[in-house]
Amino acid sequence: MPNMDPKKCPMPSQEPNVRNKNFKEVALGYTEEMAVNEAKRCLQCKNHPCRSGCPVEIDIPGFIKHVAEGDFEAAYNVIAQSSALPAVCGRVCPQEHQCEGKCVRGIKGETVGIGRLERFVADWYRNNVHTKPTAPAPNGHKVAVIGAGPSGLTVAGDLAKLGYKVTVYEALHVAGGVLMYGIPEFRLPKDIVQHEVEGLKELGVDIETNMVIGKVLTIDELMNDYGFEAVYVASGAGLPRFMGIPGESLNGVYSANEYLTRVNLMKAYKEDSRTPIMKSKSVAVVGGGNVAMDAARCAKRLGAENVYIVYRRGMAELPARKEEVEHAEEEGIVFKTLTNPTEVLGDENGWVKGMTCVEMELGEPDASGRRRPIVKEGSEFVLNVDTMIMALGTSPNPLIRSTTPGLDADKHGCLITNGPDGLTSRPMVYAGGDAVTGAATVILAMGAGKEAARAIDAAIKAKEQ
Amino acid sequence: MFTIIKRRELNPTVTELCIHAPLIAKKAKAGQFIIVRAKEDSERIPLTIAGFDREAGTVSIIFQVVGAGTMQLNSLKEGEAVHDFVGPLGKATEIEGLKNVCVVGGGVGCAIALPIAQALHEQGTKVTGIVGFRNKDLVILEDEFRACCDEFIIMTDDGSYGEKGVVTAPLEKKIVEGANFDEVITIGPLIMMKFVVKTTKPHNVKTVVSMNPIMVDGTGMCGGCRLTVGGQTKFACVDGPDFDGFEVDFDEAMHRGTMYKPFEAHAREAECNLLKQEVQ
Ligand SMILES: Cc1cc2nc3c(=O)[nH]c(=O)nc-3n(C[C@H](O)[C@H](O)[C@H](O)COP(=O)(O)OP(=O)(O)OC[C@H]3O[C@@H](n4cnc5c(N)ncnc54)[C@H](O)[C@@H]3O)c2cc1C
Ligand SMILES: Cc1cc2nc3c(=O)[nH]c(=O)nc-3n(C[C@H](O)[C@H](O)[C@H](O)COP(=O)(O)OP(=O)(O)OC[C@H]3O[C@@H](n4cnc5c(N)ncnc54)[C@H](O)[C@@H]3O)c2cc1C
Ligand code: SF4
Ligand code: SF4
Ligand code: FES
Ligand SMILES: [Mg+2]
Repeated sequence: MPNMDPKKCPMPSQEPNVRNKNFKEVALGYTEEMAVNEAKRCLQCKNHPCRSGCPVEIDIPGFIKHVAEGDFEAAYNVIAQSSALPAVCGRVCPQEHQCEGKCVRGIKGETVGIGRLERFVADWYRNNVHTKPTAPAPNGHKVAVIGAGPSGLTVAGDLAKLGYKVTVYEALHVAGGVLMYGIPEFRLPKDIVQHEVEGLKELGVDIETNMVIGKVLTIDELMNDYGFEAVYVASGAGLPRFMGIPGESLNGVYSANEYLTRVNLMKAYKEDSRTPIMKSKSVAVVGGGNVAMDAARCAKRLGAENVYIVYRRGMAELPARKEEVEHAEEEGIVFKTLTNPTEVLGDENGWVKGMTCVEMELGEPDASGRRRPIVKEGSEFVLNVDTMIMALGTSPNPLIRSTTPGLDADKHGCLITNGPDGLTSRPMVYAGGDAVTGAATVILAMGAGKEAARAIDAAIKAKEQ
Repeated sequence: MFTIIKRRELNPTVTELCIHAPLIAKKAKAGQFIIVRAKEDSERIPLTIAGFDREAGTVSIIFQVVGAGTMQLNSLKEGEAVHDFVGPLGKATEIEGLKNVCVVGGGVGCAIALPIAQALHEQGTKVTGIVGFRNKDLVILEDEFRACCDEFIIMTDDGSYGEKGVVTAPLEKKIVEGANFDEVITIGPLIMMKFVVKTTKPHNVKTVVSMNPIMVDGTGMCGGCRLTVGGQTKFACVDGPDFDGFEVDFDEAMHRGTMYKPFEAHAREAECNLLKQEVQ
């Protein structure tokens, strides 16, 4: 008999007023008992609509069935067939738009907590199964991967399992991409990311940090001088955007990338960190996506009394994951929606003292189908803040395309590929993840990596014949 | 492993480290920089490539000990390794086609100016070097400069060595006397570069400045290093560090450089205490 409770088993979490002062993980995870109970809410639908909502089509009813039976290892093996990073995706996927968005239990009540179960299974496996992967027999072929974010790590893992000698080149001093420098510890513990990276090393993947491709080596050198038969470009979309309004170079204006990099990658949240960060009192974060929520919640945890999300559309249009918006609200972040900054104001010493904003209203839908915000006449007001964080989206860094002749990109700087294979305009050069799509999601970046690994393997095997 | 092959103290607060980094040595050009983390918990700090030896696979950096990060770096001995060393970053200084250049360096900025003077000299450019220091004890790299400059002038603030005064005095004199520089390249404290530009602008002598804003990644990812140049926002780590001096907003850059003063003072003190403990 399925469990017909209309509600998801709630996620045990730190109290909002406790957690908004520390960087420990907010959600504590299901117990085995909770997981089994929640799994029993799944109706094991024959046509499993949830599966079509998952970009990598995890066999959701399949793994959930094992959870309901208490066989967590079997559940893990089902997920692992489709996903390389379940502990990550279970935590950060926008489930409400993906798998859970399609779950039939959502019609009358709450959906099955697919993400929470996935997370549970991945955490259980990490904590209980310690068989080290064995590196397969080498097949004699070499592939280079540029960027150690979720997309690059996935390609590396899949190819290594097929016997390829894979080297991942990463510009920063640690591997993980946005999972390390962007998404904060309280949402995705860094140990989990590093556990995945260690797993790859055990498979024989070489991870070379401090290697900015395009500067220290080019793609042509990798292919001509280092003997790599294929290259996968997974350099992400790390170039921050500013608004172009007056006052953006005042002290106290950050890009979200800088703020989050200082806090996460450089651990500025720790008392003894060597990397400085502003001790702010009042912070405005401009934007409404996951990046904005992360920056706002970091600012709160660093001691800011007032933290505002300033977003030009309404609450319903916030692109962030629903859970992050709820968590942010619980933690005391104030949402100033339908508001747009027009100028950053500085004091006589060149520090931010506030920003001028206008109120907006929603007009006709634009090209993206979302209702276009328009300025309300005479609605100007000043918001007093000492820090402003711009979370307006990012685009791919030009370094790779500007140092690789013949590598085509579109007008946004995204690399052009011939569809899901990820082949670029250069032979044997593949690309995927945010470098191709622009800022998107972990699961899409990972999915692109899976497709590309298959295509690279096929292309190299075809050449051999 | 980025092993320290050689360590040399150039003056009481300026140290040169020669580091094993063959890939960087192979690509480095004058004007580019690296980002270093001395230890596992150190911050990322940018330092200019002061020299390189492609055969030996080494890169040298010359740095002034000013705060916690440079103190940590300075505590490393020959044979030890820096934890992270990434580069070459930024654009190389453009020197092609220049016939007659004045290189103006101030303080530790001379370490950055030297490889440019050397590169100019190697391509046959006439090089006039003007360098300034606070006093005689702080003078660095004199022999190296003399070897690559057709003319070389040392200034000290207190007159304890070379001529007394600031670098802009001989620069102005040279220009007025008709030195006819194609370009002036200046590297040093922001305030000095601002005054060099003030000196050259009325004479319309093209002036390239090497900017040093606070950086984190050095790859164009954080935007922390942004400057206003000709009214536009530029990222010094990828668009620079060299810029047209006439266009740079120096006052803004100077102000942005002070962003973390209280933190830095505190970190410096903490690092001093740590080092003292290690000695005891
Ligand atoms: C703050 C923040 C929060 C987010 N929250 C979520 C979320 O909740 N859910 C979700 O699904 N998605 C989220 N995202 C988006 C998600 O993280 C990205 O879509 C995903 O990480 C893209 O993966 P990727 O592998 O393509 O690139 P990245 O993760 O960006 O990794 C690219 C890597 O390449 C390296 N690199 C770049 N250039 C070079 C070079 N020239 N040489 C060598 N290495 C290079 C970079 O340093 C980086 O490590 C968030 C993003 C941010 C910034
Ligand atoms: C492209 C570039 C090239 C440079 N080359 C050299 C060089 O060859 N030799 C040399 O001695 N110095 C050089 N600098 C300056 C050097 O990076 C700083 O002196 C150093 O980071 C100070 O760190 P600290 O922790 O010891 O001192 P702190 O006490 O933390 O800072 C002292 C001052 O240094 C500056 N600074 C602090 N952190 C950074 C940072 N992350 N990035 C840039 N500046 C910072 C600030 O203005 C600060 O007030 C260069 C800077 C840049 C941007
Ligand atoms: S990977 Fe993401 S979308 Fe797919 S089932 Fe897991 S949580 Fe849902
Ligand atoms: S749609 Fe929901 S109930 Fe149906 S199989 Fe998928 S998770 Fe289970
Ligand atoms: S240092 Fe981060 S963009 Fe230049
Ligand atoms: Mg410092």
